[in-house]
Amino acid sequence: MITCIINSITALGRFGIDTLQELGKAGTLLFRVVFRLPDVRKGFPLVMQQVYAEGVLSLLIIIVSGVFIGMVVALQGYHTLVKFGAAQQLGPLVALSVTRELGPVVTALLFAGRAGSAITAEIGLMKATDQLSSMEMMAVDPLQRVISPRLWGGFISMPLLTIIFNLVAIYGAYLVGVKWLGLDAGAFWSNMQSSVDFHSDVMNGIIKSVVFGLVVIWISVYQGYETAPTSAGIAGATTRTVVYSSLAILGLDFVLTAMMIGGW
Amino acid sequence: MLSQRTIDTFVGLFLLAAIGALLVLAFKVSGLTSFFKPAGYVVTAQFDDIGQLKVRSPVKMGGVLIGEISSISLDPTSFKAVVTLNIDKKFDAIPDDSSITILTAGLLGDNYVAITPMYSQTYLKQGSNIQDTHSAMILEKLIGQLIYKLGNSGATPAATTTTTTTDATNKVGAKHE
Repeated sequence: MITCIINSITALGRFGIDTLQELGKAGTLLFRVVFRLPDVRKGFPLVMQQVYAEGVLSLLIIIVSGVFIGMVVALQGYHTLVKFGAAQQLGPLVALSVTRELGPVVTALLFAGRAGSAITAEIGLMKATDQLSSMEMMAVDPLQRVISPRLWGGFISMPLLTIIFNLVAIYGAYLVGVKWLGLDAGAFWSNMQSSVDFHSDVMNGIIKSVVFGLVVIWISVYQGYETAPTSAGIAGATTRTVVYSSLAILGLDFVLTAMMIGGW
Repeated sequence: MLSQRTIDTFVGLFLLAAIGALLVLAFKVSGLTSFFKPAGYVVTAQFDDIGQLKVRSPVKMGGVLIGEISSISLDPTSFKAVVTLNIDKKFDAIPDDSSITILTAGLLGDNYVAITPMYSQTYLKQGSNIQDTHSAMILEKLIGQLIYKLGNSGATPAATTTTTTTDATNKVGAKHE
């Protein structure tokens, strides 16, 4: 009985120590990637390649999801608002929900699934096939050559994707609200303009997306770099990237929203 | 594998698209105009009660937007709300005896300030103070007055008062009968 209790306490302690150790390793990795002198001439093309792989190639899924999410929010919103005779307020409803919440959160979730998992798998396979160790043998720092461009690429791409998602979603809502359901285009835009504030709605959404971008890409890179060098290890790391990223996005979203509504 | 030049081009287009989208978000969606704030002059007015008036609420004249509220503070000695209005300098011939009223857009909309012009030959200028002010109509206060009057007069409408409440009392009284 006593040993049973002691065993469970030991397991709890081990879990705590392991968690802290992982956090420490992830923090060290981020620190070593960010706080170093950048080699602009060699590093810049690598970062561009990653912005292409993580940002430009994600555009399709971002735009398609943006259009459909905007359209569905407009459709749902219209049928609720019309009961109160407030269908003219569809523009503000869509613009506020997209710029404040849906834009940053959905883009980050898609980004974690589309780009984050790919990065984890790529780095994990490099590690499993000893490519990272061979780079070290050739006096090439894998942190600088592999990890750093991916981190910066994702960090740059995420806010840009969010901005594009916001715009596309609002135009999707315009399509449904104005072109299909026959709202007045002037009222749609002018009500939107009078209730959306650039700083407190649009900019705060972009700040959120910057935070989400950093967290998602940090988790992806760390999971890939610290993966067990087996096929099962890579599979587990990829799954963990998506799961941890999604949880971190939704949790942080609540914290950030509370801070922003509380006025910092 | 694409050449570095192609990749750079695509990334450049991606950046341009994002910047363009941000501009549209700023000007078309959020109606941001404060980057180019029109040059204006500042006048003040004291109110007993400003209701839900906020900084950046519109200032209108004949229903047309002519400026915005730039700040709101409380005078520590007279306990009146001091509202500072920033009026577009195009409208530089507003008579200085004009009256200023806090109104509500629609039944439950936001408050705004309306200026009603009078006939003076001298005009409002930078730093002027508008004397003739009318406070916001607070719905709770009106309802309070209405209930008070109903309680006093029973179902018969009050005949002597001339406020808008009388009309409301009449209607409610009529319905009551």
